[in-house]
Amino acid sequence: MRDFAVLYLQQFKTTFASMLQYRASLFIWMISAVLEPLIYLIVWSTVSVSRGGSVGDYTAGQFAAYFIVFMLVNQVTFTWIMYEYEYRIREGLLSPALLRPVHPIHADIAENISSKLVTMPVMILIAGGLALIFKPTASFQVWTIFAFIPALVLAFLIRFLIEWTLAQSAFWTTRVSAFNQVYFVLVLFLSGQIAPLSLFPRAIQVLANILPFRWMIGFPVELILGRLTPIQALTGIAAQVFWLVVSLGLVRVVWRAGIRIYSAVGA
Amino acid sequence: MTSTSIHVKDLHKTYVVSKRESGVLAALQSLVVRQTEEIPAVDGISFHLAPGEVVGFLGPNGAGKTTTLKMLSGLLHPTAGEVTVLGYVPSKRERAFLRQITLVMGQRNELVWDIPALDSFELNRAIYRVPPSDYRLMLKELTELLELGPLLHKPVRNLSLGERMKCEIAAALLHRPQVVFLDEPTIGLDVTMQRRIRKFIAEYNRKFGATVLLTSHYMADVEALCRRVIVIHNGKLLFDGELSSLVQKFTAHKTIVVQLDDVQADMHSYGEVVSREDGHITLRVPKAETARVTERLLANLPVIDLLVEDPPIEEVIERVFAQESA
Repeated sequence: MRDFAVLYLQQFKTTFASMLQYRASLFIWMISAVLEPLIYLIVWSTVSVSRGGSVGDYTAGQFAAYFIVFMLVNQVTFTWIMYEYEYRIREGLLSPALLRPVHPIHADIAENISSKLVTMPVMILIAGGLALIFKPTASFQVWTIFAFIPALVLAFLIRFLIEWTLAQSAFWTTRVSAFNQVYFVLVLFLSGQIAPLSLFPRAIQVLANILPFRWMIGFPVELILGRLTPIQALTGIAAQVFWLVVSLGLVRVVWRAGIRIYSAVGA
Repeated sequence: MTSTSIHVKDLHKTYVVSKRESGVLAALQSLVVRQTEEIPAVDGISFHLAPGEVVGFLGPNGAGKTTTLKMLSGLLHPTAGEVTVLGYVPSKRERAFLRQITLVMGQRNELVWDIPALDSFELNRAIYRVPPSDYRLMLKELTELLELGPLLHKPVRNLSLGERMKCEIAAALLHRPQVVFLDEPTIGLDVTMQRRIRKFIAEYNRKFGATVLLTSHYMADVEALCRRVIVIHNGKLLFDGELSSLVQKFTAHKTIVVQLDDVQADMHSYGEVVSREDGHITLRVPKAETARVTERLLANLPVIDLLVEDPPIEEVIERVFAQESA
């Protein structure tokens, strides 16, 4: 355990240092991370104002709160591994990783977290600025804030493990980008990214509860904004734990199978 | 097992590649029936290395050297045959195994591009769980042997190729591996740097008793480091033995390169003319004749420059191959 702490600490230091070398690209990337939820925010508050104050169970101020918090939660849980993996395999960057006596996923987790640590303060400032402009309304409660923390950690882990597993598709196909597109469309609609899930038809909501996407972003957002009952919060966290177990299993199985292919055809 | 560090028996690796003729019809056909072709990269080789041995692994491009090194380090699964390294089966990639080996490849990027090499070293220390005191000692030693001092604090991307290679080698050896695989460690480096790296490899071997298996296209690397060489061609083992006997056995010739004032001079009475370029004429002469031919050249022709050398390693190996298949 101590060895792992040292490993993560060192990995943090390393990626931290390289991240800071790329301030410009981090900044450009952050603009897009802000713009997307901002557009949804503006669209939905405009619609709600023109509809006499609200759409479904969301007022303009509640939309503002939803999308600002969504932006932050998405910032915590998102990964870029699916874009990167094919390049890694093609460029032979995986081979050195395979020679090391640690699972390569640890380097990726540490890299992800350290880049978030660099960008998060800026994102929080931006969120504060957006809050001043768009006047969000939300009813925070003490218990939802406490429940939010495990929900957020679980959301991060599920999303990371699932996207890391999907990134392994690069072992089997060279058409990774088509594969990724399908995934991102599913996230867009079923995680609550384009609109809160309670505005969708009943059937879509059921689907969103079965699939993992809501548990990766939408659920912690709804939770902290006080939109869930304690029972809903608990079942949500149970669903997250279920997906955590499933995705852990998936990572193991898919990684092993992928490596078998990699080491058969020429590493 | 005690006297064997690397044990390879009847090792095979066959790549299956899809084959397709060019043209539209063939493209359509390949949608229905995928034609595949089996390419044997390593075709039944066997050898043993004792602990502490430094062995040169030679062969022309595509002979199967890198494929073999990858199988020995666990990156590739053998198609058939037996491999053990330090008693481990490499393809299982057990942590205890990975902690005791290293593979340095010319194109391998052990170092993080944007940060100083020292930071990458620290990361490797954590990855390989090197105790702090051992790490400090090893770092000091590597810094001295490879003269890394001024390089350690510069971002890797600002280093020259040779400087980077030195740092790569240091990073690969910080955990003091017992078995070291080197794939073209001096490729693209200038002569001084080649010599330094050679000296370092010899030193590392002597100090830590590590087993070293190295491939190189530079005869000088092999001559300086390896008493024993293993030669493979087309995936088959052609020679395994003392380097001196390889050279003796297969190079009965020397190469003489002369630069003449008279480009038209007839050279056929001196030896076999291999090439004639820009006034440089390359001759092949029997080893025993070398002194006499040189003498005659200098006496009879307007010689500007003259160079006597052993044929390049590729040629030696080609000769080995030619003799074996004849």
